[in-house]
Amino acid sequence: MTHTRGKIKPGYTRLIDFKQGRVEMSHGSGGRSMAQLIEQLFMAAFDNEFLRQMNDQASFPVQGGRMVMSTDSHVVTPLFFPGGDIGSLAVNGTLNDVAMAGAQPCYLAASFILEAGFPLADLKRIVESMAQAARNAHVPIITGDTKVVEKGKGDGVFITTTGIGRVPAGINISGDRAHPGDKLLVSGTLGDHGVAIMSLRENLTFHTSITSDTAALHELVAAMIAVAPNLHVLRDPTRGGLATVLNEIASQSGVGMMVQEDQLPIREQVNAACEFLGLDPLYVANEGKLVAICAPEDAEGLLAAMRAHPLGTDAAIIGEVTADPHHFVQMKTCFGGKRVVDWLSGEQLPRIC
Amino acid sequence: MKYIDEFRDGALAKTIAANIAVEVKPQRRYHLMEFCGGHTHAISRYGMVDLLPVNVRMIHGPGCPVCVLPVGRIENAIQLAQIPGLILCCYGDMLRIPTAKGMSLLKTKAGGADVRMVYSSADAVKIAQQNPGQPVVFFAIGFETTTPPTAVAIKQAKALGLTNFSVFCNHVLTPSAISHILQSPEVRQLGLVPLDGFIGPAHVSTVIGSRPYEYFAEEFQKPVVIAGFEPLDVLQAILMLVRQLNDGRAEVENEFTRAVTRDGNVKAQLLVAEVFELRRTFEWRGLGLVPYSALRIKSDYADFDAELRFQIPAISIADNKACECGAILRGVKRPQDCKIFGTVCTPDNPMGSCMVSSEGACAAHYSYGRFRETA
Repeated sequence: MTHTRGKIKPGYTRLIDFKQGRVEMSHGSGGRSMAQLIEQLFMAAFDNEFLRQMNDQASFPVQGGRMVMSTDSHVVTPLFFPGGDIGSLAVNGTLNDVAMAGAQPCYLAASFILEAGFPLADLKRIVESMAQAARNAHVPIITGDTKVVEKGKGDGVFITTTGIGRVPAGINISGDRAHPGDKLLVSGTLGDHGVAIMSLRENLTFHTSITSDTAALHELVAAMIAVAPNLHVLRDPTRGGLATVLNEIASQSGVGMMVQEDQLPIREQVNAACEFLGLDPLYVANEGKLVAICAPEDAEGLLAAMRAHPLGTDAAIIGEVTADPHHFVQMKTCFGGKRVVDWLSGEQLPRIC
Repeated sequence: MKYIDEFRDGALAKTIAANIAVEVKPQRRYHLMEFCGGHTHAISRYGMVDLLPVNVRMIHGPGCPVCVLPVGRIENAIQLAQIPGLILCCYGDMLRIPTAKGMSLLKTKAGGADVRMVYSSADAVKIAQQNPGQPVVFFAIGFETTTPPTAVAIKQAKALGLTNFSVFCNHVLTPSAISHILQSPEVRQLGLVPLDGFIGPAHVSTVIGSRPYEYFAEEFQKPVVIAGFEPLDVLQAILMLVRQLNDGRAEVENEFTRAVTRDGNVKAQLLVAEVFELRRTFEWRGLGLVPYSALRIKSDYADFDAELRFQIPAISIADNKACECGAILRGVKRPQDCKIFGTVCTPDNPMGSCMVSSEGACAAHYSYGRFRETA
């Protein structure tokens, strides 16, 4: 009586208007608009078997095994934030994209776009931070490029990093391998990076002791595949947060997901900040966390291995993969009801009341 | 989180839901309208429908400030933003509302206009202080909750002697919208909208108090329970409404006693009365012209009235023909009854206002509840 038990209308994607349209901020927010831009422009133009893997890295065969390659551009305001800066972020971000294939990163490349007038002291601080992050990860930065644009044509500094890595034999981790019944795990608390950044935005004046979680995850991944070599999916929930990553994997694997809200590890301060900003922590960015999907029999062993690693102490099993022709990511709420955890629409904007 | 988690407790929710299930009479109908978008959001986000018996149906009301703002006013704001040098400040969820031509403040900003998202009216005043050479307009919207802060901003700007600050006022009033719905022929004569009771606003009532609802309860013989925006508040209010309906009572009850009194926040009311006065009529999206339902800036503060300063024209733009926002806002139709819901109209490409804000009935159903149609 309360609901129409009819059929849901088929998915409908409006085509991007390439004649009149303009780039909007939402095209970079990790949500549905960005997915549409990638699909309708980049995928269509560059189409090949590697791109069609639709992962955050591409894997390709080489003599004696498989390698992966990934690239990531970093634009962040402010450039320095509690727990890190654009330099450490640029190194860790790309290392993580390589690691999410189960690969051991080998080398990094870095390109800089600098705005004239940018203080050299800040640039030095950023570059030294990159060097430290690369040393910590035992991955050298072996090539690079520098361009300078006129004042006003850039935002201080933009950094693009590219990484390559080697996939150990027998490992096949990809976003299309989630199966109904698989377990969903996260490596730690959600939303720390996004909240740390937001607390510094100029029009927001709130103080928090939350620091960015930026970290290179490949050693955690190595520990995970040592106990669960048949790991199905890994992905780092950066822009768009956990919700976006789960939706990406659900559509890539053609499955649904059911998340248990009471199992999600979220710090109280992150919850509180999201509460008064009108944001949902499920959509807030992370820079040192991963989502893992594995067969149910591997879940407990994997969880134990994650918790034994310093970057996975707060790891948790948060739900499971379901069979769902609509590829919905759903959540059993703390309250006892169910709801969809949808793609991010546009940018996350605060509600007014 | 202290003072939050207590109101989202799953175990307590089960107990209240069990009480509702016991007290609901299977043969009778309980069609309850939650007026506020905040309630709509809580109901959808916590999957509350799963906890209610089938004959308790929640009807989403028009209390989403973004949803009821007519498109003409968005068009006005876009025109303002295009004045060279002008800085337009607005709340975040105004940015994506589409106009008939598919424009929005966000697209206007992408085209080079200086549109800034603010968290409070005070931020807009600050921007005016920091940019003395540029006109700064605050695009003020919302019900009684957001009106006092706008009044404060105007008074502050006057005290600071700011000559570049003005307010494009779109503040609206809750009680007149509720009366309008109850007096509409669909409810009164045709019986098209079966409304048995109301969940009264949370934050709005902290300002106006519970007294203004007493008239509805008596005149229209509909029970009203004022409730907070947390999910347990809503569930408890549903139980209180079920009890009133079972007893044949039509009273104003207050579930949100931790914040709402009968008289409300008198200081805020006086502040609003000092700066604003009633408009004779104002257009609401979905409801049309509603008499005495909105505020404008008083002549004492005319210098801060953007409508006068920029001679903003009245533009009336009809909704897309296929869009059912009007009927949905009046409770006549549900989001899933609209032909373009979830097809042409999605949160990424909203055609109607109910799809724009996450408090809108359509966006809430699309984002949180649309899996129910597949079962």
